[in-house]
Amino acid sequence: MKLTAQEVEYVAHLARLEITPQEKEKFTAQLNDILLYIDKLNELDTKGVEPMSHAIGVTNAFREDKVAASIGTETTLANAPDARGEFFRVPKVIE
Amino acid sequence: MEFEAIIGLEVHAQLLTDTKIFCGCSSKFGAAPNSHTCPVCLGMPGVLPVLNKKVVEYAVKMALATNCTINPTCEFARKNYFYPDLPKGYQISQYVYPLAEHGYVELEVNGGKKKIGITRIHMEEDAGKLLHDEYNPVSYVDLNRTGVPLIEIVSEPDIRSAEEAANYLKSLHEVLVYLEICDGNMEEGSFRCDANVSIRPKGQKEFGTRAELKNMNSFRNVQRALEYEIKRQQYIVENGGTVVQETRLWDDAQGATHSMRGKEEAHDYRYFPDPDLVPVIVDTAWIDRIRADMPELPQDKRERFIRYYQIPAYDAGVLTADKALAQYYEEVVAICAQPKQAANWLMGDVMKFLNEDRRTIRECPIIAASLAEMINLVEAGTISGKMAKDIVEEMYRSGKGPKEVIAEKGMVQITDRDTLIHTASVTVDEHPQQAADYRAGKEKLFGFFVGQIMKKTQGKANPQLVNEILKEILDKKND
Repeated sequence: MKLTAQEVEYVAHLARLEITPQEKEKFTAQLNDILLYIDKLNELDTKGVEPMSHAIGVTNAFREDKVAASIGTETTLANAPDARGEFFRVPKVIE
Repeated sequence: MEFEAIIGLEVHAQLLTDTKIFCGCSSKFGAAPNSHTCPVCLGMPGVLPVLNKKVVEYAVKMALATNCTINPTCEFARKNYFYPDLPKGYQISQYVYPLAEHGYVELEVNGGKKKIGITRIHMEEDAGKLLHDEYNPVSYVDLNRTGVPLIEIVSEPDIRSAEEAANYLKSLHEVLVYLEICDGNMEEGSFRCDANVSIRPKGQKEFGTRAELKNMNSFRNVQRALEYEIKRQQYIVENGGTVVQETRLWDDAQGATHSMRGKEEAHDYRYFPDPDLVPVIVDTAWIDRIRADMPELPQDKRERFIRYYQIPAYDAGVLTADKALAQYYEEVVAICAQPKQAANWLMGDVMKFLNEDRRTIRECPIIAASLAEMINLVEAGTISGKMAKDIVEEMYRSGKGPKEVIAEKGMVQITDRDTLIHTASVTVDEHPQQAADYRAGKEKLFGFFVGQIMKKTQGKANPQLVNEILKEILDKKND
């Protein structure tokens, strides 16, 4: 086993997902299959190879510091489940 | 038992770019809520962030100014957490491969110098702003600030007192403002600071458990919060308790730090490289171009002022604290060639007026050339130092040049010998008793006569000449 049911529960919590005990069992098995499959990569000898974060060799993709039009408050709030005036409205959260 | 404090600071500085870090929305402060927003900074699905080149250049400037090593390659990473001010569910930051590392700033400590190490400087995006409803359990979200470019400057735990922490912050602040990459406004949040602080018995090598302090929005509050927190931790340890690792908020009104309860669970940000953003390579050619574009830094300027203008370190410190003030000073000296006089007038009268009116040197009604001209007039003896004080005030109030003020007020100094001999003689004759007393040895009365002459001439008499003539007259009649 690469991954325990507790770890699945923890990851689900971090992603704010509610899962049933049946789902937990199912996902644990599925995720283990995926991780075991990915494990095949460990058969390769990567000694002396720098970790890479991208598959393409592109670097330094920049934009100039020029202001482009924003979409406006109305459009910004158009999809909001809840809004008031010019603001999004959310349940109170204080860290 | 004697304790020492171990302090490390994390500074977030908003960069003065026109646009946000990954999209073309304006990053200007104070716009109508949610008006500086677009699909990229709102975190809509399928959008692609593109890095603002100026952000890299500004960050490199700060890295160079703080003696950091700039990594040849750096990468952006996603810091994952849920909070209403973060629409994407992650903040784009840098983690394993930051822009720059291993720097330091030098602080003046008791006449000597102390290096405060800088662990790293990295680029990231700011989050939005939450306004909490006072009466209802809701918060309002403004996403204008979401995506405004930040650099985070992390210090080594090299700071040993609250005062040192404030000095370190002031030094960073000064450099950022000098570089013109951050406006440094602490109230508006463009320069923010969190502190990690712990204590340990003096001589112990291991660090104690640290608390993280937040919500300090001025230099003074940073110092006060740290002083409070150091005392709090000492009290706990001295009474046999243990310091808990936690985040604490500074309460300005109460002058105390409070635990942020309910945040006990450890964060797990699950950083990973952001696949939407390609690595950034800053090569030496680019660094050289940025370096060539950098202004003289505050500390270098301070040292140059002391060396070149031969003014005291204190004066150099005051004059270079603000780049515009330093520039004004240099313009004055370039014309009048009297560095110490220029420093005195600027730091004395001119700054007093500016402070009274809450103005900066940029808003000073007296232009540098006028102040220089006035200093030259004093040096030439056209006006006395005392007259000059009135003239400077009038110049400040009216914005007029010194000659104009002098002409209007008829304030030219009397340097004509014969005129002054006449005035002095009359004055002495008018006060025979005092003259006799002076001649009998009450030398203090000399000042009385000077005062009378100044009164008669409305302060316009040249003081040196008055002294000279008065002495002649009083001593002569003594024979």
